[in-house]
Amino acid sequence: MANLKLGDKAVPFELPGVDDRSHALVDYADKETVAVVFTCNHCPYARAWEDRLIDIQADYASRGVHLVAINANDANKYPDDSFPRMKERSEEKGFNFPYLYDESQEIARAYGASRTPEIFLFDKGGTLRYHGTVDDNYDDPAAVKTAYLREALEAVLAQREPSTAETTPVGCTIKWK
Amino acid sequence: MQVSFLYYEDCPSYDLALERLREVMAEESIPGEVEVIKVDTEEQARELRFVGSPTIRVDGQDIDPPRDITYALTCRAYRLEDDRISPLPSKDVIRRALRFPVKNRPG
Repeated sequence: MANLKLGDKAVPFELPGVDDRSHALVDYADKETVAVVFTCNHCPYARAWEDRLIDIQADYASRGVHLVAINANDANKYPDDSFPRMKERSEEKGFNFPYLYDESQEIARAYGASRTPEIFLFDKGGTLRYHGTVDDNYDDPAAVKTAYLREALEAVLAQREPSTAETTPVGCTIKWK
Repeated sequence: MQVSFLYYEDCPSYDLALERLREVMAEESIPGEVEVIKVDTEEQARELRFVGSPTIRVDGQDIDPPRDITYALTCRAYRLEDDRISPLPSKDVIRRALRFPVKNRPG
C-alpha cells in the first residue's frame, strides 16, 4: 500500500538521470500534470508497458503532461537494473521522458511504491490525483478495455476527478536492499 | 510426457500462465497432470535451475530456453512472435513445445 494517499502532496526529489543531469520534481512545476512512474529494466511487466508510456508521453506532451520514470531496484541483486544498464535501456527504447536512479531507495520508500510499474499522477498543484497501473492489460495492448492512466490524464487536464482514481499496481515487486 | 510449471508467487500472472498451459494441453488432448512447483527461496531457485516465473518445462526442457541464465527469484520476460515483451509465454510457444518435445525433435 502506497504511503501517499489520493489528495496528498508530492514528495519532492532530486535524482540523477540517464542523461547525466540531476532532475528535481520542482523542475516540472510549470507542467499541467506530472506522472511519477516507478519502473525498472528487468521486469517483464515494466517492459510490456514501456511502449505505451512512450506513446502517452508523445500524445500528451503538447498538453503539458510530463512523465518521470524512476528505478529504485537494488542493482546488486538485479544487475540489469544498474545505472549503466538504465542508460542502455533508455537509448535502446528512445525514452522521451527522464529516467532517474533512486539508488538509496529513499524516494520509492517515501512514496510507498511497491511494484514496477507503479504510477503516481499529480496535478499542477502537486496533489496526487491518480495512483496505480497503466491500463488493464499488460499482455496485449490491442485488448485494453480501460486505459486508466489516459483517462486520469484527461480528467486532471479538465480539472475533474478521475472516475477511477486508484487501481492496484500490477508488476514485479520493487527489489529492496 | 512430463509437464512442470514453476512459479514465484510475487509475480502476479502465474495463475494466468498455468491456466493458459492447461488450456493448450486440453486443446492438444494431452493427458496427465501438470507438476506445479512453487519456488520460494534463492537457494531453491538455484537447485531447481529456476530462471524466472513462470517457467514451463516439457520432459525437463524449458519451452523457451533463455539466452542469459541466471537462477533467481524474479519474473520472467518472454519475447512474443511480434517482438513484444510479455510476462506470459504465448499459446503458440507452449503448443510448439508440447507437440515437439526436444527428445522427439529431429537431429
